Amino acid sequence: MAEYSAMIDDHTIRGTSTPEKDKMLEVKGLKTYFFTSKGVIPAVDDISFTVSRGRILGVVGESGCGKSMTALSIMGLVPPPTGKIVAGDIILDGKNIASLTEKEMCQIRGNEISMVFQEPMTSLNPVYTVGKQVMEAAILHQHLSKAQAKEKTLEMFKLVGIPEPKKRLDSYPHQLSGGLRQRVMIAMALICRPKLLIADEPTTALDVTVQAQILQLMKKLQTELDSAIVLITHDMGVVAEVCDDVTIMYAGKIVEQANVFEIFDNCLHPYTAGLLKAMPAFKENGERLYNIPGMLPNLLQLPKGCRFYPRCECASAICAEQEPDLVEVGQGHFVRCLKYRG
Amino acid sequence: MESQQQAIEQSQYLEESFFAELIQSFKQNKSALVGSIVLVLFISAAVLAPFIAPYDPYNVDMSQQFQRPSAQYLLGTDMFGRDILSRIIYGSRISLVIGLIPTLISMVIGTILGLVAGYYGKKTDYIIMRLADIVMAFPSLLLAMVVMYTLGASLLNIFIAISMVNWAGTARVVRSQTLVLKEKEFVEAAKIMGVKNWVILLRHLFPNCIPSLLVLFTLGIPDAIMSEATLSFLGVGVQPPMASWGLMVSTGKEFLFMAPWVAIVPGVAILIVALAFNFLGDGLRDALDPYLKQ
Amino acid sequence: MIGFIVKRIISSIPILLGVTLLIFILLHIVPGDPVTLMMNEHVDPDTIVRVRAQMHLDEPIFVQYLNFIWDALHGDFGVSYKLNRSVATLLLDAFPNTLLLAISAMIFSWVVGVPAGILSVVKKYSVIDYFFMGSALMGVSMPVFWSGLLLQYIFAFKLGWLPVSGFNNPLCLIMPAVVLGWGAAGTIARLTRSSLLEVMGNDYIRTARAKGLQTIAVLFNHALKNSFLPVVTVMAIQVASMLSGSVITETVFSIPGIGRIAVNAIQTRDLPLLQGSILFTTILVILGNLAADLLYFLLDPRIKNK
Repeated sequence: MAEYSAMIDDHTIRGTSTPEKDKMLEVKGLKTYFFTSKGVIPAVDDISFTVSRGRILGVVGESGCGKSMTALSIMGLVPPPTGKIVAGDIILDGKNIASLTEKEMCQIRGNEISMVFQEPMTSLNPVYTVGKQVMEAAILHQHLSKAQAKEKTLEMFKLVGIPEPKKRLDSYPHQLSGGLRQRVMIAMALICRPKLLIADEPTTALDVTVQAQILQLMKKLQTELDSAIVLITHDMGVVAEVCDDVTIMYAGKIVEQANVFEIFDNCLHPYTAGLLKAMPAFKENGERLYNIPGMLPNLLQLPKGCRFYPRCECASAICAEQEPDLVEVGQGHFVRCLKYRG
Repeated sequence: MESQQQAIEQSQYLEESFFAELIQSFKQNKSALVGSIVLVLFISAAVLAPFIAPYDPYNVDMSQQFQRPSAQYLLGTDMFGRDILSRIIYGSRISLVIGLIPTLISMVIGTILGLVAGYYGKKTDYIIMRLADIVMAFPSLLLAMVVMYTLGASLLNIFIAISMVNWAGTARVVRSQTLVLKEKEFVEAAKIMGVKNWVILLRHLFPNCIPSLLVLFTLGIPDAIMSEATLSFLGVGVQPPMASWGLMVSTGKEFLFMAPWVAIVPGVAILIVALAFNFLGDGLRDALDPYLKQ
Repeated sequence: MIGFIVKRIISSIPILLGVTLLIFILLHIVPGDPVTLMMNEHVDPDTIVRVRAQMHLDEPIFVQYLNFIWDALHGDFGVSYKLNRSVATLLLDAFPNTLLLAISAMIFSWVVGVPAGILSVVKKYSVIDYFFMGSALMGVSMPVFWSGLLLQYIFAFKLGWLPVSGFNNPLCLIMPAVVLGWGAAGTIARLTRSSLLEVMGNDYIRTARAKGLQTIAVLFNHALKNSFLPVVTVMAIQVASMLSGSVITETVFSIPGIGRIAVNAIQTRDLPLLQGSILFTTILVILGNLAADLLYFLLDPRIKNK
C-alpha cells in the first residue's frame, strides 16, 4: 500500500489523542430516520463520535451516505415533517442539546454551533447585502447595536481575508465570486465565536486553488478561536490537508474511525481503502482514475449482511449473511468489517 | 441524503406509468376527486338534459310567475313562469359547449404557434410573440366585447371571441417548453438523421408539452365559461330566450329584491362548475408536477 | 438603470400601436355603414355623404387609422354619435371614478390576499390553510357580476347597511371594491402561498435557520421579499383584469366610469365612443404593465446591477 501519510505535511500536532475534559461535542447513538410514503429510510443509523476542542474531525463518505444529515441532526435542522431524530444524544460542551425545544435550539444555532454549507452560490440571500446577512447573527445572539454589529462584521471580513472589506459590506451576493462568498459564509458562521463549527463540503463547489485557501483559512481561524470543527467531505485529499480525526460513513453507518495517520497508513476497511485509492493525487501517469465499483445500496431495501458487501472486493460468503459490528482493533481505531472481528 | 431520497423517488416515478401515477395522486387529493365527481354530474346533466329536466325550459306560463323554490319547482320559477332547474339543466349544455370548443380551438392555435415560434426562433418567433404580447396586453373582456360588437351576438361568434383572446397564454407556455426541449439530445439526433421539421415538431416536441397542455386545458374551461356568462350578462353574448347561465343572472337581476332566486341560483351553478374545474386543474398540476418541471 | 427604464418604455410602443391597430380594424370591419346605422332611415343621401367625409369614413382604412392616431395624440378622440359630446371629455369625466374603484379594489386585494397567503404558509396544512385556500379558489371561480348581485341583496336589501348602487358617498365604494378585488385577492393569496413555500425550500433559508433565527423571523426577514417577486409580476395581469372587471362592476353598481361608457357605447353602437374608451383602457393597462415591471426591477438587486 502507498504511503498515503506522506501527503500530510505537518506531523507535529495532529493525530495525538486529547484528554477527556476537552471534549467539545459528543454524539452517541444518533439515529435520524425519514418516514416517507415508500417506507422508512434510516439515513443516519446509530452514529457515535467525539470532537475535541481545537481538533478537526473529518466525516467522509459518498453523497447519500448520511454525512450531511448527521450535520443537520446536530444543528436540529432535520427537514420536517418526514425527517426525525429517533434516538441518540448530542452533547455539546457537557449539555445534551438533542432534547432541547426549537426555541432553545434557536439560541444555540449560529451562536454555539454554526454551519458553513456546500453551495456558496445559493446559500446567501440574493436580495440582501452580505454585510446585513453577517450582522444579523451578531445582533441576534450578542444583542449588539447595528453600528457595533457592523464594526464586528468588518473585523470578521478582515479576519477571513476579504479584500476591501468595507466596500464588500454593501455588496450583494451575486457581485462576489464563489470563493469570496464562502469567506462571507465563514465570517457569518464565526462571528459569534461558536464552540463548534460544522462545515458541509465547504470547498466542493470551488476551484482547486481557492479550495486550498479556504481550508487553510478554516484551520488558521480554528487555532485562533480554539473551537472544534466537524468537516464533512467526500474528498480524502481535503482530509489529508486539515483533519485530525476521521470517521468514514457508509449507508448511514460508521465503517471506520481513527486518527488521520491511522486512516492513511493503516486503514482496515475495504471501503476506506477504496476511497484512498480513488484519490486523484495517486493517479500514475496515464492510469485511469480509480472508482469504487457499484452504487450505494437503496436505504429502503438494505442487504441482509454487511451494507458494503455487494461492492466489496474482499467479501466472503459470510458477509452476505451477518452484519458486522463496529469493533476497536487498536488504540482509538474502530472498524466495522467481519475480517477484523475478535 | 436529500438527493438520495429524491433519487429513490425519481426512479420510482419512471417505473410507474403516467396514468397510474395520475390516479394514485388523485386518490390522495380529495378536492380533485370531488371536482371530478361534480364534473361527471355536470356533463351527464348536459347530455341527458331532455330526460332529466322536469319541465320544458322554454315553456312560458305567466300564472306560475316567480314561484319560490318548492317541491313543485325545486329552484323556483322566473318572470315568465319557466322552471329554473330545467333552464339550468339546459344551460349546462351551453356552458359545456362554450367551455370545451373555444378552449380547444384556442389551445390548438396556441400550441401550433407556440411550437413554431419556439422551434424556428428568430423572426418567426419575434412576430408570433409580439402578437401574443398585444393580445395579452389587452383587457380580454374588452377584446371579446369588441369582437362581439363587430360580428354580432351569436354562439359561433362567442367561440371566435373567446378563442381569439385565449390562445396567447398557451402559445407562451408551449414556446418556452419548446425552447428548452429543442436543445435536448433527442431533437439534435433527429435533426442529424434528417428527420423533417414537422415530424420533429409533432413526434418529439408536441408529446412533451402534453402534460402542461392538459393543465392549461382544464383551467381554460372555467375561464371560457366565465367569459360566456359575462358576455351574456352584458347583453352581447347568448340571446334570449336561450338558457345560458350568465343570461339567466342578467335577466333575473331586475327582480333581485323581489325574487332573488331567479338571479342567484344560476350564479351558484357557474360557481360550482368553475370551482370543480379549478380543483381538478390544481390536482392535475400537482400530480403532473414532475412532468411539468422537466 | 435609466437605460432599462427607457428600453422598457420604448418596447411598449409597438405593443401600443399593435393593440390600437387591432381594435381599429376590428371595429371598422363591422358589416353595414356606421353612419347609416347611427342616423335614422329618412335622412337624405347628401347628408350621409357629408357626415362620412366629415368623419373621414370615405378614406382607406389605413389612412383612417393614421388620422385616428394623429388625433388621439392630440387628445382628440372624436365626437360621440349619440351624446354629441367630445369623447375625450366624456372619458376624462369618467376616468377618476374608474381609477378610484380600481385603486380601492387593488388595496382590498393586497390587504386581504397577502396576509391570507402568509398565514396559510405559517399554518401550513391546518384548517386555516384550507380555509384560506378554499376561499381563494372560490374568489377566482365566482363571476364578478353574480357576487355583486349577491352582496347587493345581502348588504343593501336585507341588512340595509350599504347603498345599493350609485357613486355619491364613500360607502358606495365598499361593495364594488370588494367585488372587484375578490378574485384578485384570491389570486394573490394563492400565489403568495406557493411562492413563499418555494422560497422556503432555498439554501439561503437553511442558512438563515442555521443562524438561529426562529421560523417566523426567517419567514418575514428572509423569505417574504424574495417571494414577492412573482407576486409583483401578476400585478400587471391584475391591472388588466381590474379594468376589465370594472366594466361589469360599474354596470352592476351603476358607477359612471369608463367601463360603463364602453358598455353603453356597444349597446347604442356608438363607434367613436367605444373606440375611445377601449383605447383609453388599453393605454392604462400598458402603463400598468410598465409600472409592474419597474417595481420588479426595484425589488430585485440582481436586475438592478446589470
